[in-house]
Order: sequence, then structure tokens, then C-alpha cells
Amino acid sequence: MRHLPFIAGFCLLAAAMPAWADRIGDISETSVIEQAKRFFSFRDPSVRYALIGSILLGISCGLMGGFIVVRKMALFGDTLSHAVLPGVALGFLWNMEKDPVAIFIGATLAGLLGGAMVALIRQTTRLKEDTALGIVLASFFAVGICLLTRIQKMPGNKGGLDEFLFGSAASIGRSDIILMAVVTGLAVLLVGLFYKELLVTSFDAAFARAAGFPVNIINYALTLLLAFSVVVALRAVGVVLVSAMLITPAAAAYLLTDRMHRLLGLAALFGLISGVMGAFISFLTTNIPTGPLMVMAATMVFALAFFFGPRHGVLMRWWRQKSRSARVQRENTLKAVYHVLEAREFDGEGVSLRELAERRRETLDEARAQSDALCKHHMATLHDDGDAIHLTPEGWQRACEIVRNHRLWELYLTNEAHIAPDHVHEDAEIIEHVLGEETVRELERALNHATRDPHGRAIPGLADLTSGSTPFGPPETVTGYASR
Amino acid sequence: MNELLPVFEWQQHVIAPWTTGLKSTLWIVLMGFFVATACGLLGNYLILRRMALVGDAISHSVLAGIGVAVVLALQLDTVTLFIAALAAGMVTTLIIEIIHRYTRVKQDAAIGIAFTSLFALGVILVSIKSGKVHIDTECVLYGEVALVPLENFKLSLTPALAGVIDKLPMSEVYLRGNELVMAPDVVRMGFVALAVALLIWVFYKELLVSSFDPALAFSLGINATFVHYALMALLSVVVVSAFESVGAILVVAMLILPGATAHLLSVRLPVILALTVLHAALGTLLGFHLATWLNCSIAGAFVVAGMALFLLAWLLSPHDGLLAQWHRRRNLKLEPPEEISRTPRARN
Repeated sequence: MRHLPFIAGFCLLAAAMPAWADRIGDISETSVIEQAKRFFSFRDPSVRYALIGSILLGISCGLMGGFIVVRKMALFGDTLSHAVLPGVALGFLWNMEKDPVAIFIGATLAGLLGGAMVALIRQTTRLKEDTALGIVLASFFAVGICLLTRIQKMPGNKGGLDEFLFGSAASIGRSDIILMAVVTGLAVLLVGLFYKELLVTSFDAAFARAAGFPVNIINYALTLLLAFSVVVALRAVGVVLVSAMLITPAAAAYLLTDRMHRLLGLAALFGLISGVMGAFISFLTTNIPTGPLMVMAATMVFALAFFFGPRHGVLMRWWRQKSRSARVQRENTLKAVYHVLEAREFDGEGVSLRELAERRRETLDEARAQSDALCKHHMATLHDDGDAIHLTPEGWQRACEIVRNHRLWELYLTNEAHIAPDHVHEDAEIIEHVLGEETVRELERALNHATRDPHGRAIPGLADLTSGSTPFGPPETVTGYASR
Repeated sequence: MNELLPVFEWQQHVIAPWTTGLKSTLWIVLMGFFVATACGLLGNYLILRRMALVGDAISHSVLAGIGVAVVLALQLDTVTLFIAALAAGMVTTLIIEIIHRYTRVKQDAAIGIAFTSLFALGVILVSIKSGKVHIDTECVLYGEVALVPLENFKLSLTPALAGVIDKLPMSEVYLRGNELVMAPDVVRMGFVALAVALLIWVFYKELLVSSFDPALAFSLGINATFVHYALMALLSVVVVSAFESVGAILVVAMLILPGATAHLLSVRLPVILALTVLHAALGTLLGFHLATWLNCSIAGAFVVAGMALFLLAWLLSPHDGLLAQWHRRRNLKLEPPEEISRTPRARN
């Protein structure tokens, strides 16, 4: 399963190629393959930095994103990522240059301040969480915009500050990479060291509190880590879309696994793939910022997981549901065949399609379609020029099982739950398809191996199931219902 | 830091805009006021319905609609923009609904995925075509309210009517002889604000009941689903008309800040609506002068001023303000009543 995103990624890349072809031609006279070779060969320093930067940001965002998705804090992540903008501007103002450390400190502080303000608004006013998030998000962003536009009108070196809005992987320099590597390493280390604490507070805060974990401190630490990962991604993705790199890869991973450590790993992997793909496509084009391309790549990964995820994917679930309802349909046909045979006291083996159709109150065509389905699953064979079906030993066994499940359940509801015998059929009609052998044994024991259902009909026993197609003759003993 | 904060000069930053630069000042302030009023009035209901971030989502995804319109080389006139915005709003709601219903991804993450994807798509589409249209990526973020005073909306009047209008204040800005000259964006936004106010006035009861008590609304025969979708549609229209002047993200502040401030000051909806308009007017005026002083983004300054008003209300609100709370807590006697503290808790 893990290979699927890779394959899909390359398919997407291949599909995107023709659209960009003329543009690539404008830049240089080489083919796409050549460009890809150049990109992944680590030859140019700037490309090397872009690639390493995308890998680092993918890992750190995916890792933290896993926590915010399971904690339902996705929109908090969005708010935090917008709130760092004034910090970026102030960090730049510190000595009027794009000093990564100053910007890192400013952005982290602004992010934490934003987080604190959300908490404070919620605690001290009647405003709800969504309003508090919206206020902080937009107000901090506006302060940042005012500062940025102010800086742009000031004299001096101010080039490229707007790269922080939509991101530009190409502008990542050596000092940025060092900072990103240190912060990502720190985040991975902290998550590794305090994995248990983070896990427990994420899923059951009340339990964590009761077990003596310092929940508040852990929450603050998580906010700090979140601010770190936002700042790491800032340069390449930009303030506006960082939240997508947090949410989308992690949500895709959330669709694929139930284990937290696997979720974090997958989220980091998806983040990495999206980051690298976005950087690569922006390398091929001229004037499209990197951030949106990375986000679109992440959305593609999410869409793949959404449709093709093995357990929670929409297509897989649709397929499972379809095959389940087909199985129920087949089992109902088998039951109808059994009922027809039972009605004529198991005299003769074949059941004509007409009898089957009458029994199920259907048209002849529908009965034919259903018997075809039985034949396809080797549960019956067609005879008399396709007008009658004979059950195979497997078909007979399954038919007996279904009828047995149905009647056992009816008897159980009547005897043990004291439900009137004419009210138990509907329930049994549903449960007959899902009762397992274990449950059937238990039911049989609880009912003293009764042989008659509440309506006085025989319950097929083990002997009937294993006897191939031998009918078990007219009713003799009456124990089940009468034993009440 | 001296470069960051220029010296504040009363004459240059407060008086001059209303005398020598009256023309552009008037249109920009009016535009800001109309945007803040339309957004703020609607935003009140978003706040009440706990849908503040749905406004955020829709304002982001509108860009995808505009991007598609740009790529299809359509004229970006009012009708096209409204259709694009409505479609984008509907698609966002649909994507959120689909992700939420068919997967176990929670609603907040679903919102996050939907609007960031559409926004990214919009940015890519606009960037591909940038240079050929007048929208660029910075305008997407914080708008171009400074471009508003471009006047090319002319209306000929009869001399009698012109004479009446001539008596109105500041008529030298919008009256040239017998011709009414106006900024088209401002006129459009004014109509939108008026429409929002009218709709809220007409459907006041329906909106009130369905926002506070959906069950009661249902029993009164009010179709809550219809109200919801009508609100979303109106939101899309307001957002797209505000888009060019304040951008996709600052619109969120325009939606939430006036209402949130008003909610801190009152619990009565009519009072809240009135306070919203007051906040819009004050925030716009203060913001405009802030921008004149600092020479920064005007739309950003509108929001910063609005935020300052919010902080003031948060601090000083007579009942819910931080100072009032602190005062109450200080006057509180901290001794629990005797009989409560002694009685053992009943067990069952």
C-alpha cells in the first residue's frame, strides 16, 4: 500500500507534463527527463537546497499534522500559521535582512502569542472557539500585512519578503537549511522522547490527567512544536498555505491506518512526497509560487487515499458493500430453494425456476439471474435446459446453515427474550447472514439442541449440513417450541 | 525603528485627506464602510451559528472560482464574478460534506483540506495568467482598496435633481455640472450592503429563530436548511464583492471582528446589529488614518483598527470586560457557605 502514493505521484507528474511542455521549452532546450535528472541529481546548489528543504518541511509538517488531525485542532493549526506573519515581519525588521534565526524567533513568538490569545478569548468571553480562531487568524494576519507593506515602502534591502506569503523553494539558502534541519530534528526528537505522553493526551485527556500526566504542559509543548513546524515550512510553502501541509498529508494517513505511530510515519512520508513534487513542478515552471503546488500535490495524495484506501477508501467500501449485498442476495435465494424443497417434503432434488420465482414473488427473469449467480459461485447447477436448479453439496450446506441460523434465532428470541412468535421473523431475517459458527454453537447449547422453531418447522442439524443433498424426511419429534 | 513609525502630523495625516485629497478619501472610506457593514451584519449570524470559520473557508475558495473565470478568459464583470463565487461556495460546501460523510476525517480537517486546496488551485490559475489580467497574487491576499477611486460611473441628471444633490455635503466630489460621477466599485458595494441590510430586516424573525433554536424554527414551519443555504449564498456574494478591495483573508476579519466586538458589549440582537455598523464606521475611519500615517496597506489598517476596537471592548466592556471581571472577582467573598462545606456529598 505504501507504494501507491509513489506510483500515483509519478502518474500525476507524467500527466502534468504535456501542459507544461511549452513553458519548459521557453526556459531551456532540454526535455522533461533531462530536467528531472537535473533536479534529482543534486547538481545545482539551489536545487539541492530546495529539495532538502521540501523533504524537511514535509517530515516536520506531517509529524505535527498527525497530532492536530487526531486532536481535531486542524483549524487551530490554520490560525497559528496565519498568526506568525507579524513575527516574520518583526524578525526581518530586527536588522533589516532575511536573517533566518531572527525570523524564526519572531515567528515562533507570534505564533505562541496567537495561540495564547485564542485560549484567553475563550476563557474570558462568551465568544465560541471558532470566533476566537477567526479573530486571531485575521487580526494577526492584518498586522503582518500592514508591517510588510510598510517595510516594502522603506528604503534599504527589502527584496523578496513577499516570498513568505506564498513560498518559494528556490529562495531557500544554506542558513535556512541548517535552521530547518535543526528544528525538524528537535521536533522529531521531542516527539520520539515524549511519544507516550503525547499519545495519551491526544486521545484521552481525562485519563491522562487522572494518570498524573502534566496535560497542560504537554499541550503548550505541542503548540510550541506546531509553531516550529509552521516556521520550518514558512519559507517554501508560505504563511497562507502552511496549514494545508499540516492537515492534508496527515488526513490522508488517517484514512489508511489505525495505529498512531504508523499514522505519523505515513503523514511524514506523504508530506515529504508532496513537498518534493511541489518543488519539482515549481522548478519546471517560472512564475508559479511553490506553496500552492505543494498543496495541490498533497491534495492529490489525499484524493488517492480517499478513493483507493484499502480499508476506509470510498471505492473499496463501495466494493465491499456491493459484494456483501450480493452475498445476502445469494443466501436468500438458497433459503428460498430450501423452502421450496421443504414445502414438498424434500421429494425430488431439482427446483424449477418458476417455483423459485413464485416463492420469492419475483419475475422469472429475476429468478434466472439469481440462479445464474448461484451457479457462478458453484452453489447450484442448472438442469432441464436451464429451467431447474439443483443445489451442489456446498450450496445445500449453506442453505441449511442459513435456515438453521434463522430458525435458531427465532427460537432464541421466543424462548429467552420472550418475544411473541409472530414478531421474530424480521429480526432473524437480518441476523441469519451474520451469525458465526461460534454463536450458533452457543445458541444450540442455550436451547438444548432444539429441533423445531417457534412455528413448528424443523431446524436443520449438523447431520443435514454434512449430508450433501440428502433431505431429512418428514417431521417426527416436536421438542423446540413445545419445550417452553 | 524611526523609519517604521513616521512622525504623526495632525495636519498631514488627519486634515489633509479630507481637504486636498477629499476625492479619494471619500471613496476609500465609503468602500471600507460598505464592506465592513455588509460583512459584519452577515458575520453576526455566522458567529451565532458557530460557523465563523465556514466564512473563512468560503472566502478562500472564491479564489478558485475567480481563477477558473480568468483561465476561461471571461470578462471579470459583476455577473461573472457572482456566478463564480456562488459556484465556488457551493463546491466548497459539497467537498466538506463529502469528506465528512464518507470518511472518518473530522469536520475541522475537512474544512481545512477543502479551502486550502481550492485556494491553492486559485493561486496557481491566477499566477499562470498573471500579467494578462489585473488580478495578481498580492491583490488576492490584501486587496487593492487604493484603486477604488477610479471614477468611471457617470449618470446624467436633470438640472432640478442636480440642484438638490448640490446641497448635500461634499457634493463637489460626486457632482460635475449636471453629471453624477461615482466610483463603480463603491456603488456596487453600497448596493450589496443595502441588500444585506434589507434582507436581514425582512427575514429578521426567520434568521433569529433558526440561529438560536433550530428545533423551534422547525416547529414554526421555517425551513432551516433553506435559511442555511440562503445564508451561504449571500455570504458568497458579499465575499466576492469585498474580494477586490480587501482580499481573501482580511475578509474574514471583516466578517468576524465587528460582530465579535458587538457580542462583547450586548446580548440583544438589535443592539448588536447597531453596534456592528458603528464598529464598521469607526474601524474604517481609524484604519484609513492609520494607513495614511504609516503609508501601509489600507485594507490591513482597516482590520488593525477593528482589532484595536475589539481589544478595547474586551478590556472595558461594562459586563463581560476583563476589567469588570477582575473587579467582580476582587469583590467576591471566597468563603463557601458553611452548610455546603460540611454536608457530605450524597451518594447513590
